[in-house]
Amino acid sequence: MDLFVNILLGISIAATPLVFAAIGELVVEKSGVLNLGVEGMMIIGAISGFAVTIETGSFILGILASIVAGALMAFLFGVLTQSLLANQVATGLALTMFGLGLAALIGQDYSGKSTGDFPKLDIPFISDLPIVGPLIFGQDYLLYLSIILVVAVIWFFNKTRAGLIIRAIGENHDAAHTIGYPVVLYRYYALLFGGACAGLGGAYLSLVQTPIWVENMTAGRGWIALALVVFAAWRPGRALLGAYLFGGITILQLHSQGFGINIEPQILAMLPYLATIVVLVLISRDKTKVRLNAPASLAKSFYAST
Amino acid sequence: MKRLFGMIWVLGALALLAAPLVSTPAYAQKTKVGFVYVGPIGDHGWSYQHHQGLLELKKAFGDKVETTHVENVSEGPDAERVIQQLAQAGHNIIFTTSFGYMNPTLKVAKRFPNVKFEHSTGFKRSKNVSTYNIRFYEGRYVAGIVAGKMSKSNTIGYIASFPIPEVVMGINAAYLGAKSVNPDVKFKIVWVSTWFDPGKEADAAKALSDQGADVLFQHTDSPAAMKLAEQKNISAIGQASDMKAFGPNAQLTALVNNWGPYYVSRVKAAMDGSWKSTDTWGGIGQNMLNIAAWGSKVPADVAKLAEKARDDIASGKLHPFTGPLKKQDGSDFLKAGEVISDKDLSGMNFYVQGIDGKLPK
Repeated sequence: MDLFVNILLGISIAATPLVFAAIGELVVEKSGVLNLGVEGMMIIGAISGFAVTIETGSFILGILASIVAGALMAFLFGVLTQSLLANQVATGLALTMFGLGLAALIGQDYSGKSTGDFPKLDIPFISDLPIVGPLIFGQDYLLYLSIILVVAVIWFFNKTRAGLIIRAIGENHDAAHTIGYPVVLYRYYALLFGGACAGLGGAYLSLVQTPIWVENMTAGRGWIALALVVFAAWRPGRALLGAYLFGGITILQLHSQGFGINIEPQILAMLPYLATIVVLVLISRDKTKVRLNAPASLAKSFYAST
Repeated sequence: MKRLFGMIWVLGALALLAAPLVSTPAYAQKTKVGFVYVGPIGDHGWSYQHHQGLLELKKAFGDKVETTHVENVSEGPDAERVIQQLAQAGHNIIFTTSFGYMNPTLKVAKRFPNVKFEHSTGFKRSKNVSTYNIRFYEGRYVAGIVAGKMSKSNTIGYIASFPIPEVVMGINAAYLGAKSVNPDVKFKIVWVSTWFDPGKEADAAKALSDQGADVLFQHTDSPAAMKLAEQKNISAIGQASDMKAFGPNAQLTALVNNWGPYYVSRVKAAMDGSWKSTDTWGGIGQNMLNIAAWGSKVPADVAKLAEKARDDIASGKLHPFTGPLKKQDGSDFLKAGEVISDKDLSGMNFYVQGIDGKLPK
C-alpha cells in the first residue's frame, strides 16, 4: 500500500512542472499570442528560484524570484512582439535560447549547492491518515498552488469580464479593438501571467523535484507544455489532465521496469507521449469544437492603424 | 535601398576589422586544441570531467597551447558543422568527446588530413583519427563490492541510459562485484532512455528507492540521483565525477574520469610530431579512472576489501570478467580462469547469470 501511495506521489511530482507551464501558456494563447519561449522562461525560473533560495535561505523569496524572473522574460517577449511587432515564432525561439544561455551564466556559481527540503502541508492527525493523508493533505505547497491556478483560470475565463475580454481579443483582435478594448495591454497581462507560471514550473523542478541546479535541467519540459496546450484544445481542465497523464505514464513505466515487467524501454520511453496524444485526440475529436476553442488570432501581430 | 547598402558597407568594414583576429598569424607556433562537448560543462558529470582535462592541458603547456571548447553540441548533423568549423579555424588537434560524434569526426577528418582528431568512446579509426576510452567497468566492479557490502535490503538500483555495450558491461561488472561479496544481492535496473534529464533521473531514483533499493548506481550524467539518495537517506555511487557535494552522506564512492593525463600526452605528441593514430583503453592502472575517497558510511573492512580489488585490477592481477562465467540464459561464456577478450567486452550485449529482467535490444 505504501508503494501505491509512493507511485501516486511520484506522479504528482512529475506532473506539476508541466501543469504550471501549460496553464500559463494556455492563458497566453487564449489572448492570441504564441510564446514558444516557455522552455527559456522555465529555466530562468529554475535558476532564479534556486539562487535566491540559496542566498536568502527563504523558499518564499525563492519562489517569488522565480515568478518575477519568468514574468520579466515574458515582458521582454511582450516588448518585442506586442510593441515592436516582431514575429512571435522567431522571438519565442530566441527567448528559449536566450533563457538557456542566461540561466547557465547565472547558474555558474550554484551548481553543487543544495537547498533543504521544500516545506509540505502538515495538518496534525489529518496528514497522518493512511493513503489520503500523504496524497491529499501532505504534499508540498506548490502542488496545491498548481491545482488552485487551474481552477482559477477556468473560473476566470468563464465567470469574469476580464476573462471574456481576453478570449475576445484572442478570437478577433480587430473587433475587440473597435469596441475599445486595449488589445496590447491585455496581451501584456496574459504574457506576464504566462511567464510567471513558467517560472514557477521551473522553480518546482529545481526546488522540489530534483532539487538541484544543473544547466539545461528543464530538458524539454517547456516544449511538452506547449504541446499539451494544443492537445488539450485550449481547455484548462484538459491541460491538467494531460499533464497528469504524461507524468503518470512516465512514473508507471519506471516502476514497471523495477518490477521486472519486460517491455522494451524504447517503447516505454515513447509511451507518455503516445498515451497523451491518443487520449487528448480522442476527447477532442469533435473538429468543430476544437476549431471553436482555438483562438482565431493566435500568433497574429496586432497593429492599431490610427 | 540606400540604408541597406549602408548596412552592408558597415558589416563589410566590421568583417575586415575582425579578420586579423580570426586568422591570428602571429600565434602560428601555438598549438591550437579544440574540444567538442555533448553536454554543458556545468553538468557535473561527463562533460565537466572532459573540461577538467582541458584545464589540465592549459596548466601543463601554458602559453604554448590555445584551447577552444564548444558545449552542448548535439549528436548528429550539428556535430559535423562544429567539428568542421574547428578544423577550418586552424585547430591542430580536435577532441570529440561523445560516442555519437564518431561518423561526423571521420567525415571531417577525411577533408582535413593534416588535422589530428581524437574521438572518445568510439571504435572507428583512420590515419588521422585516434580513439580513446576509459575502462569504466573496472571502477564499477570495485563500487559493486562496496554496494554489495553496504546494502541492507540486498537490493541495488541501477539507473541505465541506453542498452549499448558500454552500459551493459557496466551493469554486469557492478553485479559481479556485488555478487562476489554478497550472494543474495539483487539488481533492479531501470532504463530511462536519456543521458541527461535531471527530472527523469530523480523520478527513476525515487521509483527505485520506493521499491526497496538502498544503494543506487547510475549511468546517466546528472547528479539528481545522488541528491535523491541523500534526501531518502539511502546510498549511491557517483558517476563520472565526484558528487560528494550532492550527497555528503549518501555517496559511498564515485568513479572519477581522469582525462587530463591522456590529453597532455596526446597534445605533446602532436607538438613534437610523434602523433600516430592509436586506440587507447585505459583504466585504473593507467590512472585514467580514479575511485573517489570512501564515504563516511563505509566501514574500514569494506574499504579494505574494495581497495584490494582496486589495486589488484590496477596491477592486472584481477579482471572483473574472469571465468567461470555464464550468461543470463545459463549458457557458458568463460571457462574457469579464462579472462574476457577486449573484443568480447566491447561488444557485450547480454546480462551475466543472476541478473533479473530482460536486456532490451
